[in-house]
Amino acid sequence: MVEEGRPDPDALLAQVKQQERLKSQGKLKLFFGAAPGVGKTYAMLEAARQKRAEGVDVVIGIVETHGRKETEGLLTGIEMIGRHSIEYRGRTLYEFDIDYALARNPTLILVDEFAHTNAPGSRHKKRWQDVFELLEAGMNVYTTLNVQHIESLSDVVTQITGITIRETVPDFVIERADEIELVDLSPDALLQRLTEGKIYIPQLATRARDNFFRRGNLLALRELALRRTAQRVDEQMQSYREVEGVKEVWPASERILVSVSSNPRSIHLIRAAKRMAVGLRANWIAVHVDAPAKVKPSKNDLAKLAEHMRLAETLGAETVTLTAQKASEELLRYARSRNVTKLIIGKPTHPRWKDKLFGSVLDDIVRGSGDIDVYVISGDMGEPMPASVAKSRKRRPLMADVLRSVIVVAVCTAIAEVMEPYVAPADLAMMYLLGVVVMATRAGELSAFLTAFLGVAFFDFFFVPPRYTLAVNSPGYLITFTVMFAIALVISKLTVRVKQQADAARKSQQTTAALYSLSRELVRQRGIEELCSIVVRHISDDLSCRAVVLMPDDTTILKIVTTGADTFELDQKEHGVAQWCFDHRQKAGFTTDTLSGASALYLPVVAAAEALGVIGVLHDPSQEFLEQGQLHILDGFVNQTAIAIQRILLAEQARHAILKAETETLRNTLLSSISHDLRTPLAAITGAASTLLQGDVTYQAAERHELLQTIYEEAEHLNQIIRNVLNMTRIEAGAITIKKQWLTLEETFGASLNRLSERLKDRAVEITLPEDLPMLYLDPLLIEQVLINLLDNAIKYTPAASPIALCATVKDAWITVEVKDKGPGIKEGEQERIFDKFVRSSSKAGGIGLGLTICRAIVTAHGGKVWAENRHDGGATFKFTLPIGKQPSMPGVEVEVPD
Amino acid sequence: MDNGLILLIEDEVQMVRFLRITLKGHGYRLIEAVAAAEGLIQAATRNPDVILLDLGLPDLDGIEVISQVRGYSDVSIIVISAREQEQDKIRALDSGADDYLTKPFSANELLARIRVAFRHKMLAQSTQKQQVFVFGDIRIDLSTREVYLNDTEVHLTPIEYNLLAVLVKNAGKVITHSQLLREVWGAVYANQTQYLRVYMAQLRRKLETDPARPNFLINEPGIGYRLKINE
Repeated sequence: MVEEGRPDPDALLAQVKQQERLKSQGKLKLFFGAAPGVGKTYAMLEAARQKRAEGVDVVIGIVETHGRKETEGLLTGIEMIGRHSIEYRGRTLYEFDIDYALARNPTLILVDEFAHTNAPGSRHKKRWQDVFELLEAGMNVYTTLNVQHIESLSDVVTQITGITIRETVPDFVIERADEIELVDLSPDALLQRLTEGKIYIPQLATRARDNFFRRGNLLALRELALRRTAQRVDEQMQSYREVEGVKEVWPASERILVSVSSNPRSIHLIRAAKRMAVGLRANWIAVHVDAPAKVKPSKNDLAKLAEHMRLAETLGAETVTLTAQKASEELLRYARSRNVTKLIIGKPTHPRWKDKLFGSVLDDIVRGSGDIDVYVISGDMGEPMPASVAKSRKRRPLMADVLRSVIVVAVCTAIAEVMEPYVAPADLAMMYLLGVVVMATRAGELSAFLTAFLGVAFFDFFFVPPRYTLAVNSPGYLITFTVMFAIALVISKLTVRVKQQADAARKSQQTTAALYSLSRELVRQRGIEELCSIVVRHISDDLSCRAVVLMPDDTTILKIVTTGADTFELDQKEHGVAQWCFDHRQKAGFTTDTLSGASALYLPVVAAAEALGVIGVLHDPSQEFLEQGQLHILDGFVNQTAIAIQRILLAEQARHAILKAETETLRNTLLSSISHDLRTPLAAITGAASTLLQGDVTYQAAERHELLQTIYEEAEHLNQIIRNVLNMTRIEAGAITIKKQWLTLEETFGASLNRLSERLKDRAVEITLPEDLPMLYLDPLLIEQVLINLLDNAIKYTPAASPIALCATVKDAWITVEVKDKGPGIKEGEQERIFDKFVRSSSKAGGIGLGLTICRAIVTAHGGKVWAENRHDGGATFKFTLPIGKQPSMPGVEVEVPD
Repeated sequence: MDNGLILLIEDEVQMVRFLRITLKGHGYRLIEAVAAAEGLIQAATRNPDVILLDLGLPDLDGIEVISQVRGYSDVSIIVISAREQEQDKIRALDSGADDYLTKPFSANELLARIRVAFRHKMLAQSTQKQQVFVFGDIRIDLSTREVYLNDTEVHLTPIEYNLLAVLVKNAGKVITHSQLLREVWGAVYANQTQYLRVYMAQLRRKLETDPARPNFLINEPGIGYRLKINE
């Protein structure tokens, strides 16, 4: 528990994080008013002029003067951004040019009418989203807003003025403002301005006065605006106190829960909850309980529900969906688990007899609420409205239900007919109950009900005396019928319920299974590209959508990393949407509020507050887009992907760190080796050259020649060392790319012997090649380098004039090349080690100890193996293998030129 | 003694000093240029017999110099460069250079290449085309399309003959794989190096004493082939 008077560490942390984030962002100042015409734009422009006079770089992004002369006068002298034209249904609309504003990047930008809805085809649906992007880019923004545009107040405003408000901004947007300046004007003064034509042109002014600009309206709106501003001041005070740890304001923490359904009245409940939450400074939760309804909810209902949950979310609520058999119990259980203090539910609208018959949810909640306060507000109980019930029922194909029921009952009757001689009539009734169960599992409640009714009727008609009439001899049968009907109803209800639960369980199990199978596959992946293609495949399999994964290159420009049939290509426009999604770490595209004109939905892949990439999802246009449950799975997929990608990236970073350390060690060893190995030949060259330059001694021609020969040979030696060091560096840096060509070993043997011809002058080189030498697909230069290095070693480490043998043998799919010498052989235990870097055979000094390491790198890169052996009859053999691939296509057989 | 005029375009002082002594010592006249711009003017105005060109010049890439010179002249260009990557060599040769030497190289190698260049220049100028070429024990008569080894006629397929003829006409010079493939098989086959490998192997078997250690049909790994001639 938090000690009294001590600031909540979580709250502090949140505060610090918020401040950190805001520091890099621009400041938002809101000029807030009760009604149009109070002078918000005017006040904003005046403030801007003031700033400009102070030397601040001010630009007008967009300002609506509505032809007001005083306001227009203030525009002069301030830089103004041209508007961006958008063609929409044959009309040209002019909107704020956000791209230009971002490029221009002034210190302060003025963007009028915060609640404005942008023309379709703009980047964002709403202007406040534009403003947020400007803030994110670090610009300070001045903007204007009227009280009626605040989301949580819009219904109150509608009640006051009778005008439906369409353009609203979510409350959190206003809470984001760093400063709010209330532009206040008394209703009388405002009406005076209206009369003087300062707000609208005269014709419009008259109409406005009769509707919106009534004195009563204006008074109420002004009060709302003042109150909202006061509340804001209160919030700031509260936040200050939390930071400073002032004890008195710690209220008993309130938590509000509001029950939400698809009923349109839920909107009122949500707004009421928001107002209450703000008033109590409480957290609030919007909960929908998914109880098996009597009627399957329509698509429309589901969309409504989703919309309501979204509204609650924009108003700052935490949203939760629960599944339960009995809504009231689950709601209370959840409320208790979250320490909810106040519960808001709607007033019932259905007739009282229904409650008497089926029990009332409201009643159950009130009775079971205990110490939780329950607020009942005009609305409904979280059940679909009766109207929609009637509609859904009508929609069902009644004829098919009737027909099926009749068939089932007929079959039951036939079986009963056969059994009749053997059992009592009352037992025959059981047959019909069986039919009811079958219908309940297969066809639903309505059919089961019909079957129950028909079953009773058929039983009466066929088996109850007098037979083949509906009349009854004994009154006792009436009880049988009633009981039979009641049992049928109960059975059908239970069966349907069990089936629904099974369905729900199966669905949630499918979700879990889909996520589990994805995560299991992702864990195994080490490469980003394979990982992404797995994600795409899963989205395609489980959600029947094509998908694409984009990841940034070094310059944070997104590139597609997936290929194949399950993915799709992005044109420039779609790519722009994906890029926006990545840059802002927000959903964009189809079905979202941003760039909704795109054909695909783009979700940011975010891990540890870092955007790693974007997943785009494109549905088949002939089918419905993903429903709520599928979107949940998609969100799960995106999260799994983020975690997996991050894991790979971290692993890669670790690998780089190790590699860097290794490179560092290598560099040090290399430097010390080089300084020794390069100096040896250099010393010989310097010595020989300086001797020749001496003027005082005259050397014999033979001596001079020997000195010159030394210079030449040592220079060659230096060149060889440098080549090896360069090659090694390139291999290590991954800069050597293998350029494969078709070649024959015969040529490669020839080329390497040719390169070494000077040094092989006095050696016998025996070459053995098989007759039907296959062609190999290799990098000729690298293989030549392997041969040169091996031959060079043989020359260096064996006595002069001892023979060397080169041979190749083919076995299965491999060709083995051997370089044999007649030298001292390799010391036991060194056969492996000599392939390591900077290791020289201990017998005699030579190169820098890289030759064999290079051989191994090259042969391995070709899929082969290289090793050393001692020969039985003395000397060493170096062997390497190379794969023989499929032979290339060759030109047809040619005839020789006839004589 | 005047063996001809050589234009040297090279910006490294040490290289220039070595080449100046070597070339003058062997009787060549020398014009020196330390930058591409200067070299291009000299090439256009002094009409040299051979140009020795370094690729890494301060003002312009050597490849560009080759293309510009080739715009108006067939003068022999021998590239001398420290760039040892094969693409660079192929690029230079395909742009029109006649030969390529990687630094460091010996004076003997350079002089041999220069002699080849002069020979080609003389052949190109002579009114009567040389029809019979002899190297080692091999004799080839281009007018009759006949090839002899130790005075015995060797039967070649048309492609083998064409391949040999291209190499003979350019004797001493490196011909890139794609140049050979274009000339013998046609432009479509410019990437089918396996054809070349097979026919070169067949030629060697017919003409060389030890096909694995050829004396004449020399493989320049990664670049192409050269018919080696002894002066």
